[in-house]
Formats: sequence, C-alpha cells, structure tokens
Amino acid sequence: MTETVKNRESAPVLEIRNLTQQFGGLRAVSDFNVCMKPGGLIGLIGPNGAGKTTVFNLVSGFYQPTSGAILVNGVDTAGMKPHQVTGLGVARTFQNIRLWNDMSVLDNIRVAQHGKLQYGFFHAIARSAHYQTRESQIEQEARELLEVFDLQDFADEYPKNLAYGTQRKLEIARALSSKPSLLLLDEPAAGLNSSDIRELIRLVRWIHGHFDVTIWMIEHHMDVMMELCTHIKVIDFGETIAEGIPEEIRNHPAVITAYLGDEII
Amino acid sequence: MLRRYSIQLILIACGGLLTYVAYEELLSLYTLSVLMFMGVNIILSSSLNLVNGNMGEFSCGHAGFMCVGAYVSSVLGVWLFTKDKVFGVPLLDPEWAIYAFPFIILVGGVAAAFAGLLVAIPSYKTRGDYLAIITIAANYIVISAIENLGVIGGSRGFMGMKQVISAMEDVVYLPWMPIWVFVFTIFCVWAIRRYVSSTFGKGVNAICQDEVAAEIMSVNTNKIKTVTFMVSSGLAGIGGGLFAYIIGYVNPGSFNILKSTEVMVMVYLGGMASLSGSVLSAILFTLLLEALRPLQIIKWIVVPLLLIIVMQFRPEGIMGNRELSDIFPWLKRFYRFK
Amino acid sequence: MLATIIQNLINALQWGSFYALIALGYTLVYGVLTLINFAHGDIFMVGAYIAFFVATFFLTTAELPGWAALALTIPLTMILTSMVGVALERVAYRPLRRKGANRLYVVITALMCGLILENANLALLGASRKAFPPMITEHVYNIGGVIFTDLKIAVIVTTILAFFVLHKIVTKTRVGMAMRAISYDKFAVPLMGIPMDNIIVITFVLGSGMAGLAGIMFAMSYPILEPYMGALIGWKAFIAAVVGGIGDIRGAFLGGFLLGAVEILVVAFFPSTFRDLIAFTVLLVILAFRPTGLFGVAKTTKI
Repeated sequence: MTETVKNRESAPVLEIRNLTQQFGGLRAVSDFNVCMKPGGLIGLIGPNGAGKTTVFNLVSGFYQPTSGAILVNGVDTAGMKPHQVTGLGVARTFQNIRLWNDMSVLDNIRVAQHGKLQYGFFHAIARSAHYQTRESQIEQEARELLEVFDLQDFADEYPKNLAYGTQRKLEIARALSSKPSLLLLDEPAAGLNSSDIRELIRLVRWIHGHFDVTIWMIEHHMDVMMELCTHIKVIDFGETIAEGIPEEIRNHPAVITAYLGDEII
Repeated sequence: MLRRYSIQLILIACGGLLTYVAYEELLSLYTLSVLMFMGVNIILSSSLNLVNGNMGEFSCGHAGFMCVGAYVSSVLGVWLFTKDKVFGVPLLDPEWAIYAFPFIILVGGVAAAFAGLLVAIPSYKTRGDYLAIITIAANYIVISAIENLGVIGGSRGFMGMKQVISAMEDVVYLPWMPIWVFVFTIFCVWAIRRYVSSTFGKGVNAICQDEVAAEIMSVNTNKIKTVTFMVSSGLAGIGGGLFAYIIGYVNPGSFNILKSTEVMVMVYLGGMASLSGSVLSAILFTLLLEALRPLQIIKWIVVPLLLIIVMQFRPEGIMGNRELSDIFPWLKRFYRFK
Repeated sequence: MLATIIQNLINALQWGSFYALIALGYTLVYGVLTLINFAHGDIFMVGAYIAFFVATFFLTTAELPGWAALALTIPLTMILTSMVGVALERVAYRPLRRKGANRLYVVITALMCGLILENANLALLGASRKAFPPMITEHVYNIGGVIFTDLKIAVIVTTILAFFVLHKIVTKTRVGMAMRAISYDKFAVPLMGIPMDNIIVITFVLGSGMAGLAGIMFAMSYPILEPYMGALIGWKAFIAAVVGGIGDIRGAFLGGFLLGAVEILVVAFFPSTFRDLIAFTVLLVILAFRPTGLFGVAKTTKI
C-alpha cells in the first residue's frame, strides 16, 4: 500500500510522449512531449491555431492521437473514451463555456460526479439503501463545493441566467467535482473583464493550493500566465518552440518571432 | 406522516375505487375501456418522453417497440395457458395464468427493451435526424418482420388473449385488466420519475443539453443512451402487452407509423421533458379522440387541425419543460416531482 | 441472363424515379430549413389527384386530344402542387419559424398537415379509388427479351432531366446560391440582404413541383389513386434522401434510385412481402456504416 502511494507520488501526473495528431493533410500537433510532476501550475501558449486546444482534446480523450502515447498517472489512455480518461483523474473546462444550461447549478455539479456514482439503473429505480447513501453523499459534496466557490446562493439557479464570470467559475467548480489530479483550463480568462481577471488569478492560485491538483492552462492573457505559471510551454504550428520559466519565455526570440513575426526583430 | 404518504394513499384509493366500480359494473364497458386506453397512452407518452424529451433525440418509431411487447406477451400467454389451433394444448395449467400474467407482460417489456438495442446501438455514432430515420426504419422492420411470420398470423393478426383473461377470472372473479393496467401505469410513471430524478438519470439531460461536455465530464454516454433507449422501449413494450390484452387481438397494422405519430403528438403536446405534462396530455388526448369519435373520418382532420393551432399559440406544449409542482408550488408539500 | 439484368435495371430505374423525385423535395426543404417536411409524401399524393382532375377536365370537358391534354396537364399540375406546398409553408411553418419554436414542433406540425391532407381528401372524395384516365396509348416494346413501354422510358428520362434542371438551379443561379447560403448559416444570410422568406418559398415551389411531377408520372404508370398512396412512398423517399445524405440533392437522387433498385431486386428473388423488411434492413445497415449517408458530410464537433 505505502509502496503504491509512493509510486503514485513520484509518478508524473501526465506524461506525453511524441504525440502527433494529423487532420487530413494538416499536422495539428507534432512530436509533443511533456512530463508533469504532481503539484505544478503549467502554462501552454501559442498563437491562434497553434494546436493548443487540440493537445487538450487529445489529453481528455476526445481525439485519438495519430501516434504517440499519453499516460495519466502512469496509465496509458490509448483507446479510452473521454469519460474513462476523466475517471483516471483528468478534468477540463472549455474555451466556450459548455455548462448544461437547463439543469440547476447544483445538478451541474452532481452530474459531473457521474463517474464515481457506484450505483446503476436498478439501484436508482429501487431507491436502495446504497443509492440513498451515495446520493446524499453526492449532494453533500456538491453543496460543499458550491460553498467553497461561494456559489451556494445560485444552487437552484440555471447557469444560463448567471453572469459570464460566474459561469466561468461554475465551470471550474464542475470540473473539480470529479476530484481530478490534473485540471485542464482552456482559456479561462476569455471574455472576462480586468477585474474578473484579477479574481480569476486569485481563484486559480487558491484552487492550486487548496485542492492538491496539477493545473495546466491555456491562456492568451500573458500577464495571467506570467503571474500564475511556474513553467510555460510555447507551441506554434503544432511544434514546441520554447519552454521554461516565465522570464525565459518572455525574452525567448522564437516566441517573439512566433507572436510578432520576423520583421520586428 | 399523512402528508408524506398522501400520494400513495390517493393512488391506492383510486385503484380500489376503480376495482370496485369495474367489479360492480357501475361503468359501462366502453367507459372502462377508455380508461384503460388512457393508462396505456400514459405509459407510451411518458416512456417516449424519456427519449424525445429528456434525451433530446427524435424517435419516431415508438409503436415498433410497442408491437414487439404486444406480440411477445400475447404469444407467450396464449401458448402457455390456452388451447390454440397453432400451439395445441396449454403448456401450463390455465389456473396459473392469474399469477403469471404480470410476468407475461414484463417479459414482453424485456423483449421490447432488447428490440430497443436496434436503435440504441446506432445512436452511439449518430443523432438528430439521422437517428430519426433509423427509428422509422426500425418501426417498419418490426412490422414487416411480423407480417412475414405466418405462424403467428402474419398480417391477419393474432388472437386468443381473451381466453387468458377468462382463465384468470375463472380462478378469482375480479376485473383483472383494469387492475393490471392501473398497476402498470403507476409502475411506469414511478420508474421513469425515479430514473430521471437520480443523478444517474440526470446524465440523460446532460446528454441532451451538451453531449460533448457530458462525455468529458465522466458521463458514460453510450451506457446512458443504451439504458435510456432500453427503458423507453421496454416500457413501450409493457404498454403494447396491455394494449393487446385489452383488445384481445393484435395485428401489425395497428402499430404503424400513424400510431407512433399519435404517441409523439402526446409527448410534444405535453411538453418536452415534462413527465406530468406527458401524463396530462395522454389523458387529454385520449378524451379528445373519444369525444370526437362521432365525427368519424372528420375526426382525423379536426384533431390535427387542433394540434396545429395549439402549436401556433403554445409551441412549447401544455407544460413546457416544467412539472406540475413548478406551476402549483403547494404540490411540493405532498410530492417531489423532480 | 443479360436480358434479365437489363429488364430489372429498367424496372429499378423507373421505380426509383418516383422515390428520387420525392426525395429531392425532402432534401431541398431540409437543406434550406433543416426541417423534415413530413407532409411531403402527401403533397405527392395531392399532386397525383390534381393531375387526375386536370387531366379529366382537359380530356372530357375540353375534349382535347391526348397529347395536348398531357402537355397542358404537366405544367399545370406542377404549378398547382407548388401552390399547395407554399400554402402549407405560409399557414403552418412560417408562423412557427417566426416564433423561433423548437424545430421538432415544426416537424410535428408537418406531420399533422400530412394527416389533414390525407383525411381531407378521404372526407371530400370518399374512400373509393380513382382510376386515372389514359392520356396517351402506351406502346410495349420487346428488344431481345427485354420488355418495356415507352412510358417507362419517358418516366426515367423525365426524372433525369428534372434532376439536371434542379441541379443547375441550385448550383448555378443566384437563387440556388442563396439557398445554399441559408443552409450554411441562417443568421448571416438575412444580414447580407438576402430575402429569406422569398428563398424559402422558392424552395417549397421547387420541391413541391417535383412532387407534382412525380404524382403525374406515378398516376400514369399505376393509374389507381387512393388517399393513403403518399404516406408509405413518402416515408420511403425520405429514408432514401437520408441514405443519400440529406441536404445534398445528388444524394437524394442517388438514394432514390438505390432504394428503387433494392426493392426491385428483393422482389426478383424473394416473395414480395419481404420487400419492406429487406429494403429497410439494407438502409439501416448503410446508415450504420455511413451515419451521415452516402453524400453527407460528417459534422465535426468543435470544442
């Protein structure tokens, strides 16, 4: 037991080896490598169309890679469906918020725990004792999570009626409700105003401390990335062009070229 | 305490009253049969609502599954308990029919649930209008398969179910059909409500609203789709079995697309994803059809016309996606609808 | 052997022609509105009845010779049938569209419209079948064992011509361009100054016109009319359109002929009661392997 726990601790949360994704003639991701130790807060940046979201889609199992391997907590995810990958401890948010708009906020959080329900159809119909305990646990956990995110007042509200910033927050809360070890944030600051962004930075930092979770985020707001991330990876046209701590990235010539073009230099 | 069990008490009282009224023959046979069809229609519309309303698919072949249930339970009952030209002497003592009847209906439901796989498996890859076609095709396939099964009457139909009922009445004289229709109607609505209100069943709504998010947020969408289609078609099979035993005669022609359309109309009239809406619209629709019966063929002009008008003024159906308790909050004291 | 093959091929093409023409109407409306116009099969039936009345009028009241009656019946029927289609659009679909009702409610309305057409016909004209008056005398040809009539060939040729005309309209004209634009993006098109409603009316005119054409030719080939003739053939044509890839007129055309071929083949080898069973099973298998049909483009989900 202690042995496996130790193994888990030392094993990388996410390891990607030579990942390549081909869409027809387009090579969206090419020879991508990453190895994440638990507890990091890593950034992924690159110009529009660089393949950042594709990487996230590959990690969350939405696409099957053309070649290469993705290991989540030491388990190869090849051939797995997204919900199975989520079961291994990956959760994510989306660039365009994808909440279930006609379900209450509380239900949004509850359904995201679908992977660890531990009961099936017949338990639900019979309302067995097992069902009752599990269901009340789930509800309690969901309410606690809402409270932690200061969303408890909206529990019976529909997400579509919430402010944009609150929806972003709810989506992060929903992702965390499956108790992931790796949280993928796909442009969490998109569409937020500057005060919302300040709050988002506080929120992400606080989640990172509070939830024992590795965070990997895509973001176009450089100040957010520079402030939050301990390590940043830059890709362009699917290829990794630079990586390192924020200061290195800021002055990296390849990064400046990728974002601003050759002429400037 | 009384408040908590009020719904159960009301239901038991209703069931008792229905049994008494039927036993004493206070209601005409016609009224009684209308009530029974109402029950069957409630089963059909609420089960289709699970797929078309809660899951947001567009199934237009519900009558096909009803047909499977009707034939399986009819053939099983007749084969086991009656003397028949085709199957010969009864396999079991007809006295047992009284105990076996609910199981016969359930077996029909299970068979229909497996027929539901015909639609569930393609639904992994496709949805929307393409799935609609698959359901239409499935309906036609079921009907023409039975039309080609000469052993059970083919397109001429199959009968003998009345004898099963009279075998039951010979043992204990009770109005068995009204009782069982009542029991199964309550069972179906109850099962659907429990399913959709559990976290497990809320996955169905998640699929409807955003399938990609559902799959990525750990909902096993294929499993939920399979379960939902099987539950929906299985309950339709139960409805079909009851329908067959009420009439005492089935033929494939009565389960065609027109029947599916009727069920679909009930669902959309009631409002998508509203269970109480489905129940309500099934009751209203049955009454409407019966009230307009004297018009004969004109009925089928008036009914669609009425529906078109309803759609123009209330395009979301009677209830929208709300339940009764959303409209009358005081009902929540007695019963949690969601 | 060769004769049998050619014989079956001609039969399949003729039988598939009706499916193809009706499927074109489904696919046109679907392409523009993403609405399954379930009343379309009944519009085909109405087309056949209109042809019946028009032809009877020209032959008996106006006492025109057969060829003249035919020449007048075809355009007149197509125009009148188009008007039925447009009327449905105006009365039933457009108000719902304006209200932004869920697409499925429009579909239910379409189903109800179909029922009204069927039963109104039954109520007005009675349950007796109508015999379509012969306008031209058919000639039977026998070439090397292959038996066919000039009518059969005419049906096939007309269908193919109609398809090419329609294809030209959709791909080459401004109206066609607007139709395709609407199917790509409903929200941007009105902003570009394209009159949505007019384009939709034209779509219904074209689709119903094709159904009217199918109605005349069907009535001439199988001269018995009854109110429910449109229902089954309509559902099947719809399935054919989907197998071809709904929204694509080439797909509808090929899907129609494919369904015709499957049905003719089944009847050639099995008892005719198996026709629906096997035809639908084949379609189900095709859809299982190509979920968006033969010509349909799979929609990629972006996240």
